[in-house]
Amino acid sequence: MSTPAQVAAPSTVLRGPAATKAVRRSFSSPIASLLVVLLTLLWTVPTFGLLVTSLRPAGVVSTTGWWTVFVHPSFTFANYHEVLFSGAGLGVSDGLLPYFVNSLAITVPATLFPLAIASAAAYVLAWVKFKGSDALFFFIFALQVVPLQLALLPLLQLSSGGAHIGSVTIFPDLNLGNTYVPLWTAHTMFALPLAIFLLHNFIAQIPRDLIEAGLVDGASHFRVFRTIVLPLAAPALASYAIFQFLWVWNDLLVALTFAGGSGRAPITARLAQLTGSFGGRWQLLTAGAFIAIIVPMAVFFALQRYFVRGLLAGSVKG
Amino acid sequence: MNAAVAHAQPVILAGALGDAGSKLGQTLEALALFFGIALLVFFAAGRATGRLNRPLAIVVLLGPALVLLTVGLVVPAIRTIYLSLRSDDSSSFVGVANFKWAFTNGNLNQGVRQELFNTLLWIVIAPIVATVLGLLIAVLVDRMRHQAIYKSLIFMPVAISFVGASIIWKFVYDYRGPGLPQDGLLSQTVIALGWHNPPNWILSHPLNDFLLMVIMVWVQTGFAMVVLSAAIKAIPEDIIDAAKVDGARGWAMAFRITLPMIRNTLIVVLTTVMIITLKLFDIIRTMTGGNFGTDVLANDMYSQSFVEFNYGRGSALAVILFVGVLPLVAYNIHQLRRERETR
Repeated sequence: MSTPAQVAAPSTVLRGPAATKAVRRSFSSPIASLLVVLLTLLWTVPTFGLLVTSLRPAGVVSTTGWWTVFVHPSFTFANYHEVLFSGAGLGVSDGLLPYFVNSLAITVPATLFPLAIASAAAYVLAWVKFKGSDALFFFIFALQVVPLQLALLPLLQLSSGGAHIGSVTIFPDLNLGNTYVPLWTAHTMFALPLAIFLLHNFIAQIPRDLIEAGLVDGASHFRVFRTIVLPLAAPALASYAIFQFLWVWNDLLVALTFAGGSGRAPITARLAQLTGSFGGRWQLLTAGAFIAIIVPMAVFFALQRYFVRGLLAGSVKG
Repeated sequence: MNAAVAHAQPVILAGALGDAGSKLGQTLEALALFFGIALLVFFAAGRATGRLNRPLAIVVLLGPALVLLTVGLVVPAIRTIYLSLRSDDSSSFVGVANFKWAFTNGNLNQGVRQELFNTLLWIVIAPIVATVLGLLIAVLVDRMRHQAIYKSLIFMPVAISFVGASIIWKFVYDYRGPGLPQDGLLSQTVIALGWHNPPNWILSHPLNDFLLMVIMVWVQTGFAMVVLSAAIKAIPEDIIDAAKVDGARGWAMAFRITLPMIRNTLIVVLTTVMIITLKLFDIIRTMTGGNFGTDVLANDMYSQSFVEFNYGRGSALAVILFVGVLPLVAYNIHQLRRERETR
């Protein structure tokens, strides 16, 4: 293989983007490119098959594979209409729309609550030092090693029956079974260690002069937090918000534990239940799955850069 | 569509929309309540300047987080450890009996030992395959034009829930009896390649373990690729230049320069995927429910605790999971911190 870059390299040393480009060219080979194209196809085809199937009429789905659409195209939106509104084909009394709404109703507060609580805590830990504040920060940071499985059962017992020592009630049963409150609270609690850690790292890097100028002017910590810290921390808040939004939207474990088969379950929990009892109605299940993944996919394609940043920081969560 | 159905449609639709409205209304109320109280407290506490300012700020701003962490994580975690030493109905102390059960029940083909063995297979195979594939794609794609398109498409599964991914792959693995037209892509492909009687994939153990791992690999390869690709791009140009002057090309460059330079990132990616794999729940729950020999630790922890109400056993499995995850997370956080400090 002889490319211009290779010939030129020993005599003239390229710098900057030119060098990068030259390296890239000297590397490139048709086999490598072909391999990448093949892998990309392999990675995309299953999702594509799902989308195609969700758009095919029931009669064809049960008799032919989705790849036959290239020869005999026939499409319909009837599956989406059926899974969203009637659900008759799924053998249940309601469609997926209520569960989609549940997902929204769970996810938005479960993103905003931890964001608010964690940013306030992060500000105090970074800028209002007190005796033991560093140790406290380290402790919260270390709580990340606790997998949520370790807290799940006692937390469920607490939310469904209160807490008692002997016959003394130390936490009452609040009868919140048919509300979103247990889900919001659980997601908020589980989000805090990571959220405080990430936001602390960002907020601690705000120039000291800015914070002190505010305090010297006689502003309270509340005012400094609201008018100086929050606006400056906006990029970190946005990255974390996107990560948490997707995490909650895609979650199954917390949803199954705290909402189970109730009318408050999000779409992930509902779909996970339907796959078992589903039989052969693939056109409906694929339509349902597509409805569930369209929101994170939209977030992903619209906000890819923030998404990557949030993901890199948050991938140890859980 | 007959007349009755046509008539019923608008009613159902109106009912569904009314239901949606009231649910979203509740959500907005909760949000308004939360931020309303927060604003009120801010306003009231903000008036107190001077000596009260600091202690008030500490209590009001840090207090809620500490209460939630204590009630939601610290106390429950301790209680789970306590429950793991008690009987399944939590009525009596049984020592390490639950742990003994976890490590001795069944054999490699059934019971808890099979699920522990499966978990071990998962955390060894899936993370390594995902990381190696991610690295391969990151290195190869770096040389290509329009690389953003390929990277986006391979990265996309990361955004999809494991439930969504499971349904996508359940469809790929769908099987129909011999003679019937296949609708699963896998069956159709192997038939086209000349294997006329493919098995019912999801029911065939131990093959099904590996088919389920494919889903994890499918999701995590994009993650590995993006992180490793960023690490490769961050290698200082001087080093690449110098290697180029010395005549390093292609694979020599990859093995002598690229790999050693991104070694730390590589390990972090591997351990991160391992943590996710160790806590694997969604894929098993959606695909098999833990049947057909595919059960793993985190799924059985859920089944024992919330389906069979064996609180002792469920808690013991949760503790085992914690002990398994602990060193991996600790290592990752340590690395993350070190990276921050050197920057």
